Amino acid sequence: MVSASYSEEEILLPAKGWFIILSLMVALFLNLLPLQGILLALRPDFVALVLLYWSINLPQRVGMSVAFGMGLLMDVGNGSMFGQHALAYSVMVFIALLLRRRLHIFGLLKQAPQIGLMLLAAQLVTLLTELLNRAHFPGWYFFLASITGVLLWPLLCTLLKIPHSPKYDPNAL
Amino acid sequence: METTPQFFKHGPSPLARLLFFTLLSLILMAVDTRFKYLHEIRQIVSVVIYPVQRLAYLPTTIYNWANKFFVTQNLADENERLKQRHLVDSEQLQQLLALKAENEYLRKLLETPQRNKSKATLAEIISVPRDPFNRKIMLNKGTQNDIQSGQIVVDDLGVVGQITRSYPWHSEVTLITDKNHSVPVQVARNGIRSITSGTGKYRTLELYYMANNIDIQNGDVLVTSGIDGVYPPGLPVALVSKIKRNNASHAFAHIVCTPIAGVDRNRQVLILSPPLPNPKNPTESESINIQPKDKEQEEIGIR
Repeated sequence: MVSASYSEEEILLPAKGWFIILSLMVALFLNLLPLQGILLALRPDFVALVLLYWSINLPQRVGMSVAFGMGLLMDVGNGSMFGQHALAYSVMVFIALLLRRRLHIFGLLKQAPQIGLMLLAAQLVTLLTELLNRAHFPGWYFFLASITGVLLWPLLCTLLKIPHSPKYDPNAL
Repeated sequence: METTPQFFKHGPSPLARLLFFTLLSLILMAVDTRFKYLHEIRQIVSVVIYPVQRLAYLPTTIYNWANKFFVTQNLADENERLKQRHLVDSEQLQQLLALKAENEYLRKLLETPQRNKSKATLAEIISVPRDPFNRKIMLNKGTQNDIQSGQIVVDDLGVVGQITRSYPWHSEVTLITDKNHSVPVQVARNGIRSITSGTGKYRTLELYYMANNIDIQNGDVLVTSGIDGVYPPGLPVALVSKIKRNNASHAFAHIVCTPIAGVDRNRQVLILSPPLPNPKNPTESESINIQPKDKEQEEIGIR
């Protein structure tokens, strides 16, 4: 009965370790690009998106420990408090690990809003730690990054799926 | 029990892991903000992140290089403008040399200590952090180029900030607009001393604890006073842009300033050499207990 809704999902080949590392490094590169003004406000958190993709599709390879490590890298690259992004990413990946089984039911477009919630959770953790550290509220444009992240999710998924999707047509004999 | 297949091993549950990582990051944050013990760990992590940072700066380098190569129509205009500016500057420079000699002579006569001669290193901005909370930039010079934390960073217009962390090949500058950064200043017009504090907002500084009737006007230039021994005296810092005097609820005037230096406009900045150690204080003041730094700064601000 239910199996009809699962039929869209294809079974993926296991991803190569180097591809996971490469995708994370490219995301880090995109996060550290010296942008300014409106582009900076609109830039989604690429590292968070890639971490979400891997933790949903390959939780046995990329989990909270990788998220924590990437968070530390972001903290040093960003010059922020040591451990701030690490905390945000661990919380975000935890939510992703809880919801990953139900996320597989949905198509990429329907997944996107739920991904948005996870990105928002990470941003809220960052905001909370900064507010506790006596920062000012930066204004609502701060959350634009989550919205662009949601818009980017389907595209990013299709891109990251290319190397480890099966080469043959599963319906052919 | 040891025959459990690899397939079924899951390790600790997600909730246990979350608790562990949350605790670990909270400890890291507390240690980092309160005790500043994590310099070595940061250095190790920075070695991993530095190549990515350099790579991320590469598109900008290529863009600048291509610009230099292809844009030729403005060169004649720019050349003309720069020549005129050079003439004006060199005339002022000659005056400066004479004044410097005179100043040195007068200081010798008065037996006051000579001003430090500062040397500068040119550095490029390699990255601007993405989140709006901290006002920091990264420069492409580090401890390998003898850059230490505490050195002052300026551009062609005024003070940009201070180096707060130095890594092997790059360094981190806290801008004067960062919420944790203060600069001791002086009003250039009448010499009133104060301290500018960053607000964490874009291009906004504030002067705290200034009396309502203080002689500060819109458009006053604030220059570094040099009292702290860290910032060399006389560097332009900010312009007073807004004053709100008769606050019924506050004893102090609300003074907002705009930084003069343009960090968002240029790619290159100068790192000034570290100041020489201050001359020893006279013996009678040595007996006075030195107060904690924050309190001292506040008191200078209150006057």
